[in-house]
Amino acid sequence: MSATTDTQHLIQAVTGNQAVAMAMKQIDPDVVAAYPITPQTDVVQEFAEYVAAGSVKANFVTVESEHSAMSACIGSASAGARTMTATSSAGFALMWEMLYIAASMRCPIVMTTVNRALSGPINIHCDHSDSMGGRDSGWVQIYNEDAQEAYDATIMGFPIAEHADVRLPVMNMYDGFIISGAIGPLQALTDDEVKAFIGDAPTYPNLLNTDEPMTFGPFDGLHGFYFEHKIAQQRAMDRALNVIQGVYDRFAAVTGRQYNHLMTYCMEDADIAMVVANSAAGNARIVADQLRAEGVKAGVIKLRTFRPFPTAEYAKALANVKAVGVMDRADSFGGVGGPLYMELLSALYQYDIRAKTANFIYGLGGRDIFPQDVETGFRLLQAAAEGADLPKSRVYLNMKGA
Amino acid sequence: MATKLSPKEYVKRGDRLTGGHRLCAGCGASIVARNVLKGAKDHPVVVGAATGCLEVSTSLYPYTAWEDAYIHTAFENVAATVSGVEAAYQSLKKQGKIDKPFKFVAFGGDGGTYDIGIQSLSGALERGHDFVYVCYDNGAYMNTGFQRSGATPLGAWTTTTPTGKVQPGKPQQRKNLTQIAAAHNVPYVAQASIHDFRDLISKAEVAFDTEGPAVLVVLSTCPRGWRCDVAQSVNMARMMVQSCYWPLYEVIDGKYVINYDPKKRKIPVADWMKLQGRFSHLFKPESQHLVQELQDYVDREWERLKALASLPNPGATTE
Repeated sequence: MSATTDTQHLIQAVTGNQAVAMAMKQIDPDVVAAYPITPQTDVVQEFAEYVAAGSVKANFVTVESEHSAMSACIGSASAGARTMTATSSAGFALMWEMLYIAASMRCPIVMTTVNRALSGPINIHCDHSDSMGGRDSGWVQIYNEDAQEAYDATIMGFPIAEHADVRLPVMNMYDGFIISGAIGPLQALTDDEVKAFIGDAPTYPNLLNTDEPMTFGPFDGLHGFYFEHKIAQQRAMDRALNVIQGVYDRFAAVTGRQYNHLMTYCMEDADIAMVVANSAAGNARIVADQLRAEGVKAGVIKLRTFRPFPTAEYAKALANVKAVGVMDRADSFGGVGGPLYMELLSALYQYDIRAKTANFIYGLGGRDIFPQDVETGFRLLQAAAEGADLPKSRVYLNMKGA
Repeated sequence: MATKLSPKEYVKRGDRLTGGHRLCAGCGASIVARNVLKGAKDHPVVVGAATGCLEVSTSLYPYTAWEDAYIHTAFENVAATVSGVEAAYQSLKKQGKIDKPFKFVAFGGDGGTYDIGIQSLSGALERGHDFVYVCYDNGAYMNTGFQRSGATPLGAWTTTTPTGKVQPGKPQQRKNLTQIAAAHNVPYVAQASIHDFRDLISKAEVAFDTEGPAVLVVLSTCPRGWRCDVAQSVNMARMMVQSCYWPLYEVIDGKYVINYDPKKRKIPVADWMKLQGRFSHLFKPESQHLVQELQDYVDREWERLKALASLPNPGATTE
């Protein structure tokens, strides 16, 4: 689509939250159960406006907590209804018990997680400690750089979640305030295009089928099948990798916007590379451009699909790179490094790639990340590519007093 | 107001919780579940259960004792889970995608209701979902080995209020969940007991027929946790009702109605406490005062309930 000639797809100026609320309106699920939390609040508020205006058919359940939000979503999805929710930070943490149950009960719920720091000290600004804490919960996780990506990912949520090879809940992330509250460009699909893209919800075993009353969430005793259920979840994740790419490709056919599990920038001949998720990817690309202008072969990989983790694709993209930096907007205290760093190290090791690596922790609690901070990281990588060693411990970007 | 089912009608209604479940002999929970479901008449039902004895004993994968659709997700959230199922039903019904007249019921023990589940219950009641919440109240966390709950009576031994030199069982009185539920101004709240199953079914029938949320709090014996004779399970509940420890009453659109007043046949709480090992330590001279304290509490609450029941119908116009 060309925005200049296509009146159906004009570029609008919206916040990230407005973009997602708009996508939810166009999807028009059967049930939305959600609780407001900063910085997700506008998603819920905007959707409530659509409900009040009668422009959606969804039953909006204004639950009394996020734990109940996810509990109600599981009940709703188990009844065969298309179900959505949204949260952030502490709300995500309060859902935590239910995230695992949603995934293990194979509920195709689509959730927006607007990334915000976990307390304490209490902090309402962006980092990825919320969703990174849920990375082992069995949800498909997709990270998004801007309002357009968040909108597109929301539209792509149900085709992934409901796919017979997957049947897992999907969560889409974008940065709190930086994207959720800031106005950016959005080229939306038409309602008809959205409806055609997502199609009708497939029928799967549910609670409201009187011909076949079923038991959901039974007790798995000591000699039960818990182990096998967990293996089935992992196999669904394995299959999800292809399904997600298929949905990305189908979406590209409609919109011209091609997504991949990882989005590479100047990686074809890169000597050094920075791996980064969400909004800071833009800073990384700017710095890569500056370094390229100097003749430094710098590239950027933007993380998109985090669960399932596209291990082989990272290995392929980084096969010939001399030094890799991983930017983590969350930490795993006492661990090898931030969650993304650990993931990437494992992927490289598995594919016998022994590039030099460094872990850059940045942006915790909404700390600004400037191009010069990213450059600090890139310069270390550049030196490493020329023979220097990289620090084994975390490198903090834009730390006070540094 | 609930009118009792005739015995003839009672036997016609089949069981929707089948035999073969793993609940203990004498357990009140299955009596509650079976009789409550008889109140749903011919409606298809979705049953929700909080984690607890009833849940683990009736849904041991790959078996199930439930004839109806059933969902369990966690301990503290059966009201929220079932509210989600009900919300889905309402949405699909409005869209013309489903036409069956479903009913929804959530079962929780006192742990899952009085304590960890009270927020989820309160939220679902306030939102006005069309469902029935049933608490089978045996006065402790029996499933995990008899730990105290907000429903445990004063002085009772539990594994977290053991009897020792300085503490004779649970130091606190129980809370009144039925009146907490009633304070939500939901259309129907009732207290029932396993010993009077016709009363229980009738109340369940009213609850299912009520549009909006309805709450049943049902006294349910746990012979294991109460340390009492299995054969005395039903009788134990009868005696507790007769002592006015567990009055049978309804709150219909705010109006309190007492269903059973023992009057002169009211028995002292000590009569049943003596038959339950969880209170045996209270009958030593040094802790006898606690029996009196519980008796005073029960008497006071009973008088308060009678006063509430004597209030004019809140729905009626005043003279």
